[in-house]
Amino acid sequence: MSNVDTSPARAHVPITHSHGPSMTDATTAQTLTMIDDEPADETIVFDIEDLSVYYGDFRAVTVDELSVREHEITAFIGPSGCGKTTMLRSLNRMNDFIDIARVEGSITYHGVDLYDPEVNATEVRRRIGMVFQKPNPFPKSIYDNVAYGPRLAGVKKRAELDDVVERSLRGAALWDEVKDRLKESGLGLSGGQQQRLCIARAVAVEPDVILMDEPCSALDPIATARIEDLMQEMKETYTIVIVTHNMQQAGRVSDRTAFFTTEVNPDGERRTGRLIEFDRTEKIFSMPEDERTEQYITGRFG
Amino acid sequence: MLTVADLQGSSKQRNRERTMRVVVQGAAVVTMVVSVLIFFVLARGAYTFLDEIDWDFAVLSDLGWFPRRSRFDLRTILVGSVVMGGVAMVVAVPFGLGAAIYLSEYAPARVRKVVKPVIEVLAGVPSVIVGYFVVRFIAPEFVSKIFDPTHDRNMLAAGVGIGILVIPIMASVSEDALRSVPNSLREASYGIGARKINTVLRIVLPAAVSGLVAAFIIAISRAIGETMVAVMAGGFDGSGPYSGAWPTNPGLTMTTAMTNAVGGTDQDVGGAPFQVLFFVGLILFTITLLLNVIGDRFVNRIRQQY
Repeated sequence: MSNVDTSPARAHVPITHSHGPSMTDATTAQTLTMIDDEPADETIVFDIEDLSVYYGDFRAVTVDELSVREHEITAFIGPSGCGKTTMLRSLNRMNDFIDIARVEGSITYHGVDLYDPEVNATEVRRRIGMVFQKPNPFPKSIYDNVAYGPRLAGVKKRAELDDVVERSLRGAALWDEVKDRLKESGLGLSGGQQQRLCIARAVAVEPDVILMDEPCSALDPIATARIEDLMQEMKETYTIVIVTHNMQQAGRVSDRTAFFTTEVNPDGERRTGRLIEFDRTEKIFSMPEDERTEQYITGRFG
Repeated sequence: MLTVADLQGSSKQRNRERTMRVVVQGAAVVTMVVSVLIFFVLARGAYTFLDEIDWDFAVLSDLGWFPRRSRFDLRTILVGSVVMGGVAMVVAVPFGLGAAIYLSEYAPARVRKVVKPVIEVLAGVPSVIVGYFVVRFIAPEFVSKIFDPTHDRNMLAAGVGIGILVIPIMASVSEDALRSVPNSLREASYGIGARKINTVLRIVLPAAVSGLVAAFIIAISRAIGETMVAVMAGGFDGSGPYSGAWPTNPGLTMTTAMTNAVGGTDQDVGGAPFQVLFFVGLILFTITLLLNVIGDRFVNRIRQQY
């Protein structure tokens, strides 16, 4: 984990912090391209190849190639309907709940085919947690919300549970705000606190990856900033994939960005999503290869 | 020059508006008045009954239910109603709730589309048909073979029949309660790696608990109010000796007692043996009213929660 902190990619995080999509001036771009070499020893968490997700006959999204690296934040951006959420939800098999959803192509997770018939989706989701667009705490106490996952995993001892709950709430930067009212309902918290509670609930089962589906879209700017800061701390421990509508957010928080857009289906009337470009965030925001990426980044469409 | 008359619109239209309003308002008022009348008639009849028995409450508490001999032991009929209602709920809760959980959590959409309406149609089956079904089939083929009661018609058989009648209500209201649990809670549970069984038992059912309690209360008030099956299969009309509260014994519900009282006795029509119908009716009305008020409370609580 420590070698990640000192990797070249890490050193440029402050640049993305201060700029975002306005980084299109040529000088910045040139300095950034020079450091675009990738260290060879990074662990690939997800490797996606020639993937299409269908709802019935409708192809919702296609990804030719995309890989998610360990201890990085990978952002999926793009206009509405571009399939970024569909893509995210196929990473922990949440699309299984939609009867007509179907995946073609390959997603491997640490080298294992996620959609192998022998793979148990529940086990997958234990390792690949999810935080949703709208904060969705259970109508239970704050304590019970966080303890839910560990209890399912068989933790019964009170002391052990207390420990996990405290650690998880600290990990979600919520402990100080709620430590005196753990027995109160999670629904009584503010929106931003609820979302951090959901993050605590997700980290309580010690996952490997956390998927975040527009986690800040229902939050005010201050709560958003807290969660963005939290994500920076969390990536030391977890690998994070985030879908966001907010380009600036992708620019601020992510190490790599995947830009999706919609395109007209050659065989049908409905527009389908496609991954257009995937690269280091600095690169995507400064010197995108594809014209469509540039148009989106500079606010000319979407 | 614009005058007020220009902005008045046509008087024909205004009259139509007024007529419509009066008609629907009238319908609402009539409905309310009928409820109040029912209560009034019951209360007046109950008062007459108490007058007929000279306010002698002893006849309400001992010697069994023998209206002809002016013996109106309320325990007999309360026990009958409670036992049959209890048996009915023992049948209706597992099947009704089970069906609701299946439809809401397990069944694919196309199965639900077929099964839910079928269950709701079942709620409309006339109870006399279920009564025959119990007398001809459930009582002789199941209850009698398993429990070997002295009579084919007994509280257990009748209770099972009432349970069958109540299953659709239990299933339908419970299913609504489960479906009203937002999907985001299920997703949250699955997102942590919970299995379906845990999601259903630990998240969905607790979240729906107030709706489920409401379903239970609505179902039990229907069970206690059910008449036809209790009359046909309950096996006790108050003419013979009373044999006790055990479910395999014949029994008499409040509703059966009332049905019997309608015809009076063979000696005379009217008097206490007839007026008791109102007295028991008032008790029944009060019980179901209370249950419905409590049920409403719980239904409202789900609405507030999400």
